[in-house]
Amino acid sequence: MSFDLLVSVSLVYVGFLFGIAYWAERRARRGGVRWLRSPLVYTLSLSIYCTAWTFYGAVGYASRSGLEFLTIYIGPSLVLFGWWWILRKLVRIGRSQRITSIADLISSRYGKSAMLGGIVTLIAVVGTTPYIALQLQSVTLSFGVFAEGAPGSFPVPDQRPTAIWVAGGMAVFAILFGTRNVDANERHHGVVTAIAAEALVKLFALLAVGIFIVWGVAGGIGPVAERIDASSLARIPLDRGRWLALIFVSGAALLVLPRMFQVLVVENEDERHLATASWAFPLYLALMSVFVIPIAAVGMSELPSWANPDLFVLTLPLAHGQDMLALLAFLGGFSSATSMVIVAAIALATMISNHIVLPLWLSLRKGAPGNLRLVLLSARRLAIAGVLGLGYVYYVWSGGGRELAAIGIISFVGVVQVMPAAVGGIFWRGATRRGAAAGVLLGAAVWAYTLFLPSFGHGVILPDRLFAQGPFGIGWLRPQALFGIEGLDPVVHAVIWSMAANCTAFLLGSITAFPAPLERLQGAQFVNVYDHSQGPRGWSQSRAEAEDLLIMAQRILGPRQAQDLFAGEARRQGKAGFLPDTSPDFLDRLERELAGSVGAATAHAMIGQIAIGTAVSVEDLMAVAGEAAQILEHSIQLQAKSDELSRTARQLREANRKLTELSVQKDSFLGQISHELRTPMTSIRSFSEILMDGEGMDPGARQRFAAIIHDEAERLTRLLDALLDLSVLEHGQAPLNCETVRLRDLIGRAVAATGSVGPGAGLAVRREILEEDVVLRTDADRLAQVFINIIANARKYCDADEPQLRIVVQRHGARLTVDFIDNGSGIRPRDQGVIFEKFSRLSDQSAAGSAGLGLAICREILQKLGGSIAYLPGQGGAAFRVTLPLDISACAA
Amino acid sequence: MGRHVLLIEDEPNITEAMRFILARDGWTVSSHADGATAVAAVSRARPDVVVLDVMLPGRSGYDILRDLRADPGTRRLPVMMLTARGQLRDRERAESFGVSHFMTKPFSNQEVLETLNSLVAS
Amino acid sequence: MSAARPPVFLERQSYRHRRLIDASRVVPVFGLMLFLVPLLWPQPQPEAQGAPGQVALAGRGLYLFLAWGGLVAVTALISQRLRSRLAAAAPPPARTGGEAAEGVSDGAGGADVL
Repeated sequence: MSFDLLVSVSLVYVGFLFGIAYWAERRARRGGVRWLRSPLVYTLSLSIYCTAWTFYGAVGYASRSGLEFLTIYIGPSLVLFGWWWILRKLVRIGRSQRITSIADLISSRYGKSAMLGGIVTLIAVVGTTPYIALQLQSVTLSFGVFAEGAPGSFPVPDQRPTAIWVAGGMAVFAILFGTRNVDANERHHGVVTAIAAEALVKLFALLAVGIFIVWGVAGGIGPVAERIDASSLARIPLDRGRWLALIFVSGAALLVLPRMFQVLVVENEDERHLATASWAFPLYLALMSVFVIPIAAVGMSELPSWANPDLFVLTLPLAHGQDMLALLAFLGGFSSATSMVIVAAIALATMISNHIVLPLWLSLRKGAPGNLRLVLLSARRLAIAGVLGLGYVYYVWSGGGRELAAIGIISFVGVVQVMPAAVGGIFWRGATRRGAAAGVLLGAAVWAYTLFLPSFGHGVILPDRLFAQGPFGIGWLRPQALFGIEGLDPVVHAVIWSMAANCTAFLLGSITAFPAPLERLQGAQFVNVYDHSQGPRGWSQSRAEAEDLLIMAQRILGPRQAQDLFAGEARRQGKAGFLPDTSPDFLDRLERELAGSVGAATAHAMIGQIAIGTAVSVEDLMAVAGEAAQILEHSIQLQAKSDELSRTARQLREANRKLTELSVQKDSFLGQISHELRTPMTSIRSFSEILMDGEGMDPGARQRFAAIIHDEAERLTRLLDALLDLSVLEHGQAPLNCETVRLRDLIGRAVAATGSVGPGAGLAVRREILEEDVVLRTDADRLAQVFINIIANARKYCDADEPQLRIVVQRHGARLTVDFIDNGSGIRPRDQGVIFEKFSRLSDQSAAGSAGLGLAICREILQKLGGSIAYLPGQGGAAFRVTLPLDISACAA
Repeated sequence: MGRHVLLIEDEPNITEAMRFILARDGWTVSSHADGATAVAAVSRARPDVVVLDVMLPGRSGYDILRDLRADPGTRRLPVMMLTARGQLRDRERAESFGVSHFMTKPFSNQEVLETLNSLVAS
Repeated sequence: MSAARPPVFLERQSYRHRRLIDASRVVPVFGLMLFLVPLLWPQPQPEAQGAPGQVALAGRGLYLFLAWGGLVAVTALISQRLRSRLAAAAPPPARTGGEAAEGVSDGAGGADVL
């Protein structure tokens, strides 16, 4: 087979891919996207996971490590089997937030942080570059195989120019179909359809080679099994640590590899496609790997020992004279390489332009963004070229000498450093920017130190001495034996330490940081994506001019798309023309639209410049605060409600108790008043009858009986007066007679009036004459009545052996309290509530002559005087506190 | 048959009025003003009839009556109760405790004399 | 009578749906266990040159692919049923039927509502 033929076949194949992509783009633009967007195409597009590493390298890997190569497929299969856990949420978030890349996901999740986006982009570039180099290497190697396989037909081509041609061709393809549209969130129908076609080609090619080897060469399944068991493959021990570590790493890599994120999330058209891919993609992977061991076993037994096992897929058919099959295999490998490189380049270019170039551009040219659309497109095109250029440089520099699989794994472990921040971010609201940055940076540093830099070989980047003795002779910092743990496989060692450092930093950083409002808002949006698939409410009450926004949108989206968007919005608002009201809704939608092109952080910043002038709006803050406040308010409300309920219940119980007691009292009201009236009347009647029929009565007795009648009549009058008094006070008819009076005089008057003879004369009244020197403006007679009542009560009821009454006066600003405290047994707590009610004599046997109206009258009087009277518990006796204003303003009334 | 009456009443004026009219009628009159010690006073004085006020300091007249009726020595002792409350409920209550006669204040002197005499006679 | 039937029917459907989701969540765990079985296999003897030191690699490979195929089949069975209940056009335009259905199952965890 001539070199020219090989090149022309390649060119025809590339032309075919261009054709498919072009056709798909045109179909899509005319709306016929239905089957282009079937779950089958989605599943096939995921096959970019299987790169040339898989296509060629798996056989080499298997021949060196036995079954271990399967881990690279088992990990992703498990992730897809568990799609309901993570992938579904990732896709939902990607769609609702218009995420453009893995860097955008993380940037957006952690408060639209430009810094994190940049970090992730850098890691992605560093992690992907070796991978791209790997693809270039495999394609050039495969060219070389044909040259060697047909001796004399054409000279072995110089590898470097071949690699340049390959890289250049891929760059052109990626630029043509990957940057047609500036909206990175929009589906790349052409590219996706082309890689789906390539997926079929590589599967078909590998299956064809496998079937040929098993049935054509080995002679069926049985003989192949025998050959496998007899080969040296069966003597390769299974490294258990690597088995576990690689399943983990490859599964995690599926989620965060830039190109996988691109096809899994960004290009996803419909969540239901995931349901299909969940089983179809693992099936694809299984089919891609099922013939690997047979090919390796047969290749090792048939080909000379110097043959590179990485190329058995090509060299075995060639050795058996199957040129066409070899060509097909070549196309399969070519497909694997190109599809991976193209998608990776597009994904990386989007990340570079959105998270590195644009923020720099915006900060350099503050205020005048210029034609952003052109900037973006140029940035992306240059980035694609740059990424491929980097890959080429790496390929040339690393000499292309190392095993494919090793490079692949190293770059996997690097990219996986993004995983804790990404997965943690969508499940844990407490994850913060600081934690994410710390985890990613530390993990990446450990990866670089323990795996990436050593992979170039001892003494290439890291000096030999470092490996043997550690930096500055610190033994426990040796790159491949951290903390003195030696003997681990370098990959397992790197995975354990980098992930441990990463997760620890992520957790600690998150726990100790307090996130900014926007970050908390985004956290809630991501973690609770199923609850509210609406975007964050970013814009309110904006001062943005619709025209400014249109100008900006045109620069980013292109004039037509921007005008369509604005006109559509205006129509929705019921307006004609292109300038809708800049409602919060519209700004949200516009931001999301722009985010699809330039990433969330930039879009937010740009609209912020025009609309509000700050990146975080008051509304953002309020949304975050509102969320917390809602919960708080809710619980406070509940708390308040229950407090109120128990307070009400307490009040009701209180009222009920009082009512019951009062009703008992009211019930005996008639009995009371009857008793109070009838007792004096009994004496009066009895004595008057005695007087009436008493003729022979001595004058002394007659005199005495008449006096009794008189006294009892007076007692009746007093009682009736008290009742009348109370009634007048209660109905507010009593006029006040205001005058200025000295408290000392008033109390003196009251003490004198209660008398120091008769019952209770033994009561010692202790006064504080100095404190009593207060001038009041009040109704002196009424107040004296109160004092008399209280002092009389003390005289009557104080049951101490040496009864004593203290009168304590205190001033509190414009108010005055006068406490009357005796040293008796006081009033029982259950009685304290009713003593101010009418007829509430506490026992039936109280001293004669009291109707139980005194304190009720006191309360009424003090109410009139703008004061109050209360029972003061805990004073070691009965204690009443009278509170008074120094000057009653109500005096005039 | 003696005519000894014990007045258990805390209003001094009422006690004095009754003492006067009963003494004039030839009764031996003793009086007691405290409810708490009234039962002991009854057993000490061994009167032929007791006049018992309902509202007494220390103890209510009803309780005293119940104690008197529980004691075999005073079970059949005639007791006349006096009350100033004069409600139907009070009368029913007194009768349920076994009062001999229930009288409402204010009373006529003649009525008191007739009642006490008939109580002693029966 | 016929008015009472639909709720019963729907209830049973959503119950099935939740069990399907449970199953879907368990598959990867089960799969991981299957793929960890190789850790238990005895290692080939390194010093042996001939047949005695070797293991039945073909059989082991067969085990892994059979497990793989079984998982694919089970997932296919579950996912295709779940798929029909997912929203036709999921967000950005927010709540649709499928999402509401998930909301129920996702929230408190379906198992509570047995």
